[in-house]
This record gives sequence, structure tokens and C-alpha cells, in this order.
Amino acid sequence: MAAKTLYDKIWDAHLVAEQDGETIIYIDLHLIHEVTTPQAFAGLRANGRPVRRPDRTLAVADHNVPTEGQALGAGAVADEEARLQLLTLERNVADNGIEYFPMGDLRNGIVHVVGPEQGRTQPGMTIVCGDSHTSTHGAFGALAQGIGTSEVEHVLATQTLRQAKSKNMRVTIDGTPAPGVGAKDFALAVIGAIGTAGGTGHVIEYAGEAIRALSMEGRMTLCNLTIEAGARAGLVAPDETTFDYMRGRPAAPKGAAWDMAVAHWKSFFTDEGAVFDSEIVLDAAAIAPLVTWGTSPEDVMPITGLVPDPASFATPDKRASVARALDYMGLVAGQPISEAKVDRVFIGSCTNSRIEDLRAAAAVVQKAFLEGRLVAPHVRAMVVPGSGLVKAQAEDEGLDAIFKAAGFDWREPGCSMCLGMNPDRLAPGERCASTSNRNFEGRQGRGGRTHLLSPVMAAAAAIAGHLADVRDFI
Amino acid sequence: MKPFTKIDAKAAPLALSNIDTDQIIPKQFLKTVEREGLARGLFYDFRFDEAGNEKTDFVLNQPAYKDAGVLVTGDNFGCGSSREHAPWALLDFGITCVISTSFADIFYNNCFQNGLLPVVLKAHEVESLMAQARGGNHVVSVDLEAQTVTAPDGEVFRFDIDPARKHKMLNGLDAIGETLQRVSDIDVYEGRRALDNPWLERA
Repeated sequence: MAAKTLYDKIWDAHLVAEQDGETIIYIDLHLIHEVTTPQAFAGLRANGRPVRRPDRTLAVADHNVPTEGQALGAGAVADEEARLQLLTLERNVADNGIEYFPMGDLRNGIVHVVGPEQGRTQPGMTIVCGDSHTSTHGAFGALAQGIGTSEVEHVLATQTLRQAKSKNMRVTIDGTPAPGVGAKDFALAVIGAIGTAGGTGHVIEYAGEAIRALSMEGRMTLCNLTIEAGARAGLVAPDETTFDYMRGRPAAPKGAAWDMAVAHWKSFFTDEGAVFDSEIVLDAAAIAPLVTWGTSPEDVMPITGLVPDPASFATPDKRASVARALDYMGLVAGQPISEAKVDRVFIGSCTNSRIEDLRAAAAVVQKAFLEGRLVAPHVRAMVVPGSGLVKAQAEDEGLDAIFKAAGFDWREPGCSMCLGMNPDRLAPGERCASTSNRNFEGRQGRGGRTHLLSPVMAAAAAIAGHLADVRDFI
Repeated sequence: MKPFTKIDAKAAPLALSNIDTDQIIPKQFLKTVEREGLARGLFYDFRFDEAGNEKTDFVLNQPAYKDAGVLVTGDNFGCGSSREHAPWALLDFGITCVISTSFADIFYNNCFQNGLLPVVLKAHEVESLMAQARGGNHVVSVDLEAQTVTAPDGEVFRFDIDPARKHKMLNGLDAIGETLQRVSDIDVYEGRRALDNPWLERA
């Protein structure tokens, strides 16, 4: 039998039928939220179609929830449109018998934090959600893809997706990273290396000793950002780290079923000799703490670098787009990026709001605090935990006390300022050190200037008051 | 879904690469529970200033392009967020075809769910169309059956498209209806998986 990649194995295990040149694949888990589902449920109603597998569907409220006052419930959300969308979701899940963690429920939070945390995300699964960062769940060796609302409706009605198979790409990261360098830097390094369209048409499997050494939180960060490299999904083969994370979670199998499941999950790896359509190799030891300077996630540089000169780029198009980006970002070619003064710091999002992210950032903040340093006076810094459970655990560990003592705002869970659909957003011209995933023009608020970086780098920037090298803080 | 067969329409040039779906339709327009009425949000930050006034320099605000039906644009169009509001907004504005050298996967897929035709041409062909779209005569003809784009100067560019997608687009087929014709295959698959992976069956 021909050697198969991890992606090939998951794909083959989910084939339902071929029809008119398209493949119908089965979907094991469908995660839904308030923003990309109302039109899908309306479509089902208009056609008299039921939800095929409510038990394979899980709903959360995350994109436009406020990060305070959540216990008051969706009916108390001030923004009229957001409230209508949240109440529409509540009605749709109730009408269709779908499990739902409402705003204010301890289990609620960002969809890509909740799925793994609850044990709903499992190796070898196919997972979809009407959100591009669904790639996050690939950290468990699940084929996890973002889809549009029409496909959300298709999955609700049929529990399948019609799709053509993608190509295989492997990114191998060997070596040991320097202190202060982690999964976020790996991801930015990959996007910087292959570009935001570098993964188009591919599923990327991450391999190598630096990947094996990552925690599940780190693997989730890496797979989360895979979409920013243009790929359909990211994958890491499951191993003991995966099983240790999953054991005992609410929806994880128990007892004999656990042993049976683990034996099955262990079959999801790339065979020796399997062929990839393309391969990239990076050395973890050569990766510095990274930060973005422009308005695309591929605009990456080491924190020690100088803002690039548009004239140094090869094509006229690229020169024009770099000049436009620098103008938007309020940066000058040749200036050290570490001189960029920040107004806001955001620690959160489906990329970096898990307990390990908060622990790492809090450690930097605590060390500075013990040396008498707080959040710089001109900076507004906020921490938005990824879920109610992450928030509760952080509070048990006293992380909230560290953040608050240093001058951070400690918020309730949600997508928050990553995309600014709720009241948390940048004002025009404000510069933000952000652990989120997109530095697009206007993403965090019209005219807002976003620098993507890791949680420890965000903590360093909050204290320094400008983009700063975390290696000076540890 | 409305079928797409053939159009003759004005082409608007938008010479930027990596236009993401946040730019195609910003977050504040995603709070709707409807599919219609999104034209107002299309390229909002490009089209309107902070006070909500039209920016006269943006291509779709210029009289020659206000009723454009085709957008000619740079590489990797539609990257970023999976929001299907992006194709909905383009269609609501009257744009039924986007021509570029490349598209991001999720956006490309979303187009076919809605009868918006994304056409991939070679770089020099897109450049030629872009240059002609800037001129006085900027009507192009797009024929899905023949898989051709005819430029204002009469030059014909051929494009590739997946045959299954082409068929559905030409006939405006409902993908859910098609898949439900295979419901017995889904039943069989589910039955087999319930035996093989019983832990996946929740009480």
C-alpha cells in the first residue's frame, strides 16, 4: 500500500461518496457561533430542512460579546445588532437541540479555545466552523477548516462537505529555540518565509523536533496562524502530549473507550516515504522574537531590525504596497522597529489566550513588577482570557492579580479586540502590540495600527511603552 | 443560487494585491442576520471617509465605474477571514465576476456558493485588462460556458475552472439538494463509523 500523509489518512477515513466530480466528506464536529450562522439557519427554515446531527454540533457566543457584564446575558448587550445576532443564535440552537454555552457560562469563550478545552476536538476528526481560524484544531491531528455560511448550512443539513482534496505541504522545524522564542515566532517565521499565499491550495503538516517539543497550546497557536499563510488547514500528528492534554476532559472518551480511542488516534501519522507536494525546513535556533511592521502577516521582522525601505523590494507593485503599508502604520524606512511607541497592548484572541499564554506573559510582567516597573503610563493594556475556564484557572493561579497590579485591565472572555466587533477596538492612529492574528488595515478599528507578536513580547511592550525585545525582560 | 452564464459589463480596475475580506467588508457590517443589503459595506473604508462621505478618488466611486459588473484586481484576492459577507456584498453592489491572478481558498469557494464567478488569468492578461479597464472603453465579456474573457480590444483570454463547479454555476444548482440525493451514502457511512469509532456517539 502506498505511503500516506497524515492528511491523506484523515481524508480517506471520511470519504462518503463521489458525485459529479466532487468528493463528499463526512464532518465529525461542527462548531458554530453567532456571526456566521443566522443566514444558514434561515436557509434551513426556508427549505424545511432539519439539522442532521445536532449532537455533532456545538455553539458558543464569542465574536461580538462585550468583555464585561457577561453574567447579565445576551439580552443586556447594549449594541442592538450584536444583541439581535446573539438572541438569534439562542433561538436557533434551542429550536434545533444544539448544545450551547451562552455568554456568561463558565464554559463559554472563543470557539477555538472551547472545542479543545471541552475535549470535543479529537485526533483524526474532520472539524469545520464558519471561521477561518478553525485551523487551530489541527494541533490535535484533526483536519480542521474554516468555511463560509453556505457551507455551514450544508453541514447543518447533511453533516458533510463537498470538496476537492488539497495538496500536501510539510513544514519541518528542527533545533531548539532561544529563550523568549516560541510558537508565535515559529508561525510568523513560516508566514514570513512563504508569504500569505504560500500555502494556498495546501494542507500544511508541521513536523520536526521543535514541533514535538511544543505544548498543545503552542501547537494550537501554530496551526491557528496557518490560515495566514493561505493554507486550508494545519496539522500536527497526535502524540503523548496530545493524549495527556485530552485525558479527563468532559467530552473525551473514558475507561475502555479511552484506550480504544488512543489506539485509533495513534494511527494518524505520516508514513515513512510519503511524498509531499512541497517542503519547507526551518531551524528553530535561528528564529528571533518576531514582530510585524506592515499590514499583512507576512510583513515580519526580528525585533532588533530596521523598518524596511520600499525601494529595497523587487517589483513596482510590492514597492507601492510597502510604501502604502508604512504610511498606514506611521513608520519610516530605516527606523529601528523597537522605537515604535505603543498606545495599546492586547493579550488575547484564538491565537494566544490560553492558560499557557497567560502564564508566560504574567511571568514577564511579574519579574518587571518585582523590579519596580509597571505598564508604561501612556499605555492601555488589556488581557482577555480565551474562555471562562481559562479565566477561572488564571485567577486560581493568581495571574489576574499580577496583571492587575501592573496596570493591565483584566476582562471577560471573547474575541474582543482581535477583530473589534465588540466595543473593544482601536481609535484611528492608535498603535497596538497585539497577540492576535491579523494586522490588516482597520482590523482592530478603523485607522488602528497593529503589530503582531507573542504574549511575552506583548508583555514586554506594555512595560517598555514601545515595541521591545523580550530577551531584555527575562 | 442565481446561475452565471455570460455577461457583458464594465470592468473596474483595483490594482492592489492581498485585498483581504476585512477590506472587502469591514466588521461592523457582519452583525446582520440577513444576506441582502450589504452593498453599503463593500470596500467601506476605501469608499467612505470617517464622516461617511464618498471618497471621490476610489475607483468604484467614479462615474465610469459606479455600475461596474466586473472587478479586475491584484494577487491573492479575498485572503483572511472566511466571512461570506464578502461575496454577498460584491453581488449586492452588482459585481458578478472578479478577475485576478489568484484567490484565497475560502473566498474562492464562497464565490461558487453564490453565483459570483472568480476568474484566474495569467499575470500579463490581468495587466492588460487592468490597463484597458482604466481607459474609456472598458466593457468586457465573460462567458462561463466557453471559459473566456474578451477584453475591450477584442483579445480573448481563456481560463480554467473545475468542471463540477462550472456545471453547478451554469445551472444555479443547490449544493444541499444535490448532496441530499446521496443521503443513503451518508446513512451507510454513519452506521459504519458508529461501529468503528463508538466513542464518537454521544449519549
